[in-house]
Amino acid sequence: MDIRLNNLTMVFDDITAVDQITTTIKDGELVSLLGPSGCGKSTTLMLLSGLYKPTSGQIFFGDQDVTKMDAEKRGIGMVFQNYALYPHLSVLKNIMFPLKMKKVPKKEAMERAKEMAELVQIGHLLDRKPGQLSGGQQQRVAIARALVKKPNVLLLDEPLSNLDARLRLEMREEIRRIQQEVGITAVFVTHDQEEALSISDRVMLMKSGVIQQESRPQEMYKRPENEFVASFLGNPPINLLTMKKIENGYQLEKSAHSLLFSNLATYPKSIRVGIRPEDFFVTKDNPRFTGEIIHIETIGRDTLIRMQIGDTTIRALVDPVHQLKVGATCGLDGKEENIHFFDSASGQRIETVERGEKHA
Amino acid sequence: MLEKPTWKSTLKGFLYLLPALLILIIFNIYPIIRSFLMSFYTDYDYFNDIVHEYGFDNFIAIFQDPNFITALKNTGIFVLGVVPISIFLSMGIAVLLNNKIKLAGFFRTIYFLPFVTSVVAVSIVWSWIYHSDYGLLNYFLGWFGIDPIAWLNDPNYAMPALIIMSIWKGLGFNIIIFLAGLQNIGEQYYLAAKVDGASAWKRFTNITLPLLSPTIFFVSIISIINGFKVFDEVFALFNGRPGPANSALTVVYYIYQKFYEEWQFGLASTAAFVLFIIIFIFTIIQLVIGRRFVHYN
Repeated sequence: MDIRLNNLTMVFDDITAVDQITTTIKDGELVSLLGPSGCGKSTTLMLLSGLYKPTSGQIFFGDQDVTKMDAEKRGIGMVFQNYALYPHLSVLKNIMFPLKMKKVPKKEAMERAKEMAELVQIGHLLDRKPGQLSGGQQQRVAIARALVKKPNVLLLDEPLSNLDARLRLEMREEIRRIQQEVGITAVFVTHDQEEALSISDRVMLMKSGVIQQESRPQEMYKRPENEFVASFLGNPPINLLTMKKIENGYQLEKSAHSLLFSNLATYPKSIRVGIRPEDFFVTKDNPRFTGEIIHIETIGRDTLIRMQIGDTTIRALVDPVHQLKVGATCGLDGKEENIHFFDSASGQRIETVERGEKHA
Repeated sequence: MLEKPTWKSTLKGFLYLLPALLILIIFNIYPIIRSFLMSFYTDYDYFNDIVHEYGFDNFIAIFQDPNFITALKNTGIFVLGVVPISIFLSMGIAVLLNNKIKLAGFFRTIYFLPFVTSVVAVSIVWSWIYHSDYGLLNYFLGWFGIDPIAWLNDPNYAMPALIIMSIWKGLGFNIIIFLAGLQNIGEQYYLAAKVDGASAWKRFTNITLPLLSPTIFFVSIISIINGFKVFDEVFALFNGRPGPANSALTVVYYIYQKFYEEWQFGLASTAAFVLFIIIFIFTIIQLVIGRRFVHYN
């Protein structure tokens, strides 16, 4: 069952949390809603669940318009950030709760709940109370409770944010495994890019209630459609250099560095050039950037250097074989296809065209 | 605070407890022990504080006193009449007030007002409401064709009148306690229950009631204890009489009569002791029931 959002808008008092979102989530897909806090991703999820009703726009589950339907009737499963397990009920009763509400006969409900508990691997904890479980176990119970009624959609609201780092890694793989085993359409809200990029089929990156880009995870990383997407993804963050148009190229602000780019689709007055730290390499052969190394840190297998060019500092992850020293001058370059250009005014990506094609 | 208690830390602790403890011992604990002992005085010279004989005569005497039996019965009826209705009503109102309604603060104040008002003032107002000729209540009942009732002078209606006033008076306190309990229930459980397909009523029975159970438990214990101790309301509503023909004579009123009006210190102490035992038994029963049904986080 596809989920279609049509011009979905949610306004709280005077804040527009979700602004005219139109998109489709395909059947069986795991979609991440990613974005900084306050970007409207959780609100979008609440709108999907029916716990919030939109100010305007529609939501379709398949062909059915569910915009005005209450959460009780939408047939969705939801995993909350704090799990919201009923503290007075045992694990088994928690999982059985949605079935009890649907008046499924007790025996059948119990069997289905146990089956689901096996799927999420908590079959041995059925008699415990939620308070006696670890975070990861509570998470599994919450997933089982969400899935037991065979919902059309599974909604997950920052489900991993309360777990410690190692468990988070384990649980995100679990969520992916369970989602694929059940074959359910799932929407996953997170502010953690790594989470979103690692488990989802598609990522929707939101900011200020607007979807900035929706695409497959790698594509989003490789081809950010605007400056925000470029800067949000990646750790350490992408280097963004402001450059002003000069006679035959662009010049880095307050430095003598000028670069020649002849393959841009347009040439605005000011552009932002983005290069990810890992896309730099050290070279002596006519490098695009030369500057003084002001900082070196080695973390595990990576060496991160900071280099000063005029007023601008750039970060680069370089191969540890280079014997670099703080204070030394160094040359950095990147492959053409790894350099991104954005219009400073609009923030939109400037496409590159094949060399020669432009003037043809 | 993982340290084990030492003599020094214990002593320091006692020092902090001392001021309150001193007052409690002088005005509560010591009198309780004395009145317990006094209930066994059978031959006592209270001018010279000399006890000639101890025995169970007082216990035999009060259980043979028809007034004491009436007092026990009345108190029982009062508790049965006030406690359940008060709990249901106050819980209902608290649930309504807990919803996002306009002027919730205003209504909270309105409901809490009776609790902070003095019993005497309240009783004066209510004795006017209950007035058989000019009373507001009879006036309303008149609309439905019900003849005026002599609420405060008819032995059959004195107890209901007392119960109605006491429910109204106690409502505010219970509502506040219930409201606090309701606000302790996380919103997330209601959201989860909604997603799980629970209707409003199902959410109330499956989420609100079990998670409110510690509060219900607390309110019911307090209400029962207060119910057994009822005195001021009787005294004020019936102008210092225990209602017409002892129809509102409660155990504490009986104790008051014996102690201050008849100077029967032994009997008064005995009655107080019996009341203590009754309250004690009820509280134990509630604790036992509570352990089975009350959920603590």
